[in-house]
Amino acid sequence: MSLNIEQIRGLFPVLHQEVHGKPLIYFDNAATTQKPKSVIDALSNYYELDNSNIHRGAHVLADRATRYYEETREAVREFIGAKEFAEIIFTKGTTESINLVAKTFGRKFIGKGDEIIISTLEHHSNIVPWQMLCEETGAILKIIPINDAGEILFGEFEKLLSPTTKLVSVVHASNALGTINPVKKVIAAAHAVGAKVLLDGAQSTSHLEIDVQDLDCDFLAFSAHKIYGPTGLGVLYGKRDVLEAMPPFLGGGEMIKEVTFEKTTYNDIPFKFEAGTPNIADVIAFKAALDFVNSLGKPAIKAHEDGLLIHANELLSDIKGFVPIGTAKEKVSVLSFNINGMHPFDVGQMLDAKGIAVRTGHHCTQPLMKRFGIEGTVRASFSVYNTRSEIEKLAEGIAQIARFKNK
Amino acid sequence: MSSIKEIQEEIVSEFEILGDDKESTIFYIMELGGNLETFPEEERKEENIIKGCQSKVWLIADTVDGKVHYQADSNTDITKGLISLLIRVLNDRSPEEILKADLNFIERIGMGSIIGSQRSNGLASMIKQMKLYALAFQAKQNA
Repeated sequence: MSLNIEQIRGLFPVLHQEVHGKPLIYFDNAATTQKPKSVIDALSNYYELDNSNIHRGAHVLADRATRYYEETREAVREFIGAKEFAEIIFTKGTTESINLVAKTFGRKFIGKGDEIIISTLEHHSNIVPWQMLCEETGAILKIIPINDAGEILFGEFEKLLSPTTKLVSVVHASNALGTINPVKKVIAAAHAVGAKVLLDGAQSTSHLEIDVQDLDCDFLAFSAHKIYGPTGLGVLYGKRDVLEAMPPFLGGGEMIKEVTFEKTTYNDIPFKFEAGTPNIADVIAFKAALDFVNSLGKPAIKAHEDGLLIHANELLSDIKGFVPIGTAKEKVSVLSFNINGMHPFDVGQMLDAKGIAVRTGHHCTQPLMKRFGIEGTVRASFSVYNTRSEIEKLAEGIAQIARFKNK
Repeated sequence: MSSIKEIQEEIVSEFEILGDDKESTIFYIMELGGNLETFPEEERKEENIIKGCQSKVWLIADTVDGKVHYQADSNTDITKGLISLLIRVLNDRSPEEILKADLNFIERIGMGSIIGSQRSNGLASMIKQMKLYALAFQAKQNA
């Protein structure tokens, strides 16, 4: 069933404004999506009606806040198809989720000479934590190469796998190019040599249906703010046995069972990994974002976004000087490109003058940019509330800008 | 030769013609980059890059008959346009004039809202580096 996009746009207050005297066209969705009114209302309702610290409060507000907080955990469990709510840990975002795994699982189970495999497509947040771990432990980082379309070379990945591979940490959908990795195959191959697998789901969870049990990944990291939810909130999914074997991340309140000056015993998962007062308001509001996505259904969202990407490619492919970066067969709705002879920052600023918001630069994927021999790209990323007529305005804008240097 | 004040007035009136149309203003700034002198290839090196700019900006200066002569280049067209404006105002003047110069045209044309905060910081770094050159030449002349 096709979606009523005008009706969906009506749910997003921020979209209805002008910038530089022109209607805002928001194409920076891979950086963060806008928030529906229901999420904004959930945030203010929490502070107006329910604000309280969760767990162990002996009063109505604490009880309510706790219930709503845990309802989101259950909603997240369902959203990604996890077996049980205990496998859902709230973090600050994808970056913290990955760092949590590096600092706990990594420190305990990865040692000198062990290997960690990542891909050329990774965001810095899925590179740097592993480099830090390697520096600390003497483990070795291996990189899966890609082809010119921006797809990982699966055969090369298989060659990297060995019994010394302890972890494979790969992005599900590339933030810079949009490439969707064949993660199910990656996970199966990694498991065959006894390695665990972390999926960076920052860019995939808002577009693709995710079933962690079917994928069989050991960890999944993602952020709420890229799925129409609040900023400053993320999720780490981990399989129960893996999470239980891991030492805690931060020490403090909430994560303990009993503290004496002699010895502390730790709480059960997920609380073992949620030290301190968590981000209660944003967790509660995140449920409204998940409800929004569920109400539309991811297949319908993906179909609409795919349509936008196809439309954009049709309109742009003939423009002189337009150079697409990342042409994988399987993509989420990310359009990365350059214009011959122009710096991406200039292109971004010119599009901004037309009311079109895009992102420019290396997109926190400097090694990937280096692979393509470029400094950066212009990235337009589409979401469910974007329209075909917005794509047409983008194409017109790009054509005009390209003429500046490609006469 | 027009004074710093006169050239700034000229620039302000040029931008006034463009009005609030941000698109035309940006195109205009990019066109201005074409006015820069060809930058010597051998000077395109790390030590001539201005720190504090997001894009790469190379700046060199020399004195001819006691006046400071600047040459600059950038890897982005908008930045080239910006530095060409600065050069138009400050080029071939004595270090004293450059150091005293109040570059009020930047605020008067609303450059901050045209180019955004990141580039405004870069622009401030360019001005600082131009004045530092003037200061160094002044010290040399007074020595």
